[in-house]
Amino acid sequence: MTTHWGYLHLAFAQHALIAASIVAVISGVVGPFVITRGMSFAVHGAAELALTGAAAGLLIANDAVSGALVGSVVVAGAFGVLAVRERERDSAIGVVLGLGLGLGFYLLHFYHGFETEALDILVGQITSVGTTQIEILVAVALAVLVAMIALYRPLTFASVDLDLAEARGVRTRLVGLLFLLLLCVTVTEAAQVVGTVLVLSLVITPAAAAQRLSAHPGVVIGLSTVFALIAADGGLLVNIVYVPDVRASSFITFIAFAIYALARIAAATRHSLGGRGELPADPEHSDATADVTDGAVG
Amino acid sequence: MSAADVAPVVQLHDAALRFGERTVWSGLNLDVAPGEFVAVLGPNGSGKTSLLKVLLGLQRLTSGAVEVGGSSPSRGSRSVGYVPQQKGFDRDVPLRGRDLVALGLDGHRWGVPLPSRARRGRVDAALADVGAQRYAKAAVGRLSGGEQQRLRMAQALLGDPALLLCDEPLLSLDLHHQRVITELVDRRRREHGTAVLFVTHEVNPVLPLVDRVLYLAEGRWASGAPDEVLTSERLSALYGTPVEVVRIGGRVIVAGTPDAVHAEPGGSHHHPDDSAGAIPR
Repeated sequence: MTTHWGYLHLAFAQHALIAASIVAVISGVVGPFVITRGMSFAVHGAAELALTGAAAGLLIANDAVSGALVGSVVVAGAFGVLAVRERERDSAIGVVLGLGLGLGFYLLHFYHGFETEALDILVGQITSVGTTQIEILVAVALAVLVAMIALYRPLTFASVDLDLAEARGVRTRLVGLLFLLLLCVTVTEAAQVVGTVLVLSLVITPAAAAQRLSAHPGVVIGLSTVFALIAADGGLLVNIVYVPDVRASSFITFIAFAIYALARIAAATRHSLGGRGELPADPEHSDATADVTDGAVG
Repeated sequence: MSAADVAPVVQLHDAALRFGERTVWSGLNLDVAPGEFVAVLGPNGSGKTSLLKVLLGLQRLTSGAVEVGGSSPSRGSRSVGYVPQQKGFDRDVPLRGRDLVALGLDGHRWGVPLPSRARRGRVDAALADVGAQRYAKAAVGRLSGGEQQRLRMAQALLGDPALLLCDEPLLSLDLHHQRVITELVDRRRREHGTAVLFVTHEVNPVLPLVDRVLYLAEGRWASGAPDEVLTSERLSALYGTPVEVVRIGGRVIVAGTPDAVHAEPGGSHHHPDDSAGAIPR
């Protein structure tokens, strides 16, 4: 088997690794909240709609990257406006997704340039990232991280107990909308690396693996980020060094899933060994049984 | 209770709540003194939760006046502790017992909490108050309903509120934990003078401990000592249909109400636990 370690000295490989790492970090940070809030479908929807944004960008300014970014803000707005109630969320996303995809293909029809540029976003175009795109990525990632730090507490509160957070003065609607915006922006950036179809592998899979291993909120975010980095950079390295003719996206998803499978196995092993992890057997349950038995006799 | 000489924590005067054509309740007058333990009873849809929402500043009265701690209720007030109706947590939610409790301290603030000894100490004290230290580091989604409810109690009491509002805190708890939770609330109001409004379908676990009952039904209300309110006469008048209140072995059973659910939940009468406490006074 021929290897291509020499490629790593080339700009395209280095740019790709930088881009993959940036996207992995924001995906890893956002992921645990996506799972807690049950927003996997929003991730999928926003990822597919990156195509529409890219197509519009190509048509208007011959710039798929900026188009996708602006499009993600529009998508977040549409999801937010239509899905006022939690229960409406999935159907509203479905409605926006359907229309958005139709619109995307319609726009592509009018674009007479290099059509695959927009379609690239469906499978990822990581190895064709340029310096401008990295600059945009860095700016977007910094903004997402700063916003996530600011949102951390109220977002956690609103995600685990909406009613109580509301009563305690959290502006749950505002917090929810801001997170939706961050999510759509993150997902759109991730789509450009792993491709629309595979975004779930960077946003959902690492976070799901992390949740199997810890309940500590900070540790989960840390692990999720590390797992996303391993998957994104690892998949990319396999692609560049060993199998240049297969897209990196496939390897990224393989590695992400392997981490998830290992995390499940580790968690299952730990539970079968130590019951509820750090929690000793509960003596009070036996108390309760004793109470009832005593009373029934007396 | 020396209710007369202290300023009430809750004051409702001629309060009415209507949703469109429907009157939830009206003409409601209620003063709750510091340390007073009030059970809020009534069938589904009688506006028990809505009453709590009014006191939390989440719902406006249609007419009448309401004050909590001498001013009109405001959302997010630090002087009100709240235990909302239990929904349970997802098994894998990344949150430990102590993280849940800490949300009661500063979950409403922006940013990431900075580790501090004072913050840690307050959370530890709140956990110790309800006897939940043992599972402070366990994932909340993997705890039993009773354990989760204790943590919610710690979360609500952490700020030492003047008023504690509990919405069905006994729902789906076993008898042991029903008693643990009610005794926790009772001790709190005795030691800290916390006024308590306790919405519940499970009448019998709380009756021995409460000072007063507020019974809401059919847009009307009745309040007073449990013995005065929980009578066939009063409840028949409230419901506008014959209702029978039966006392057997210290247990109160309300029969013949339109939804006949609040006194006999899930066959708990097979358990002798409730009969341990006699009806007060």
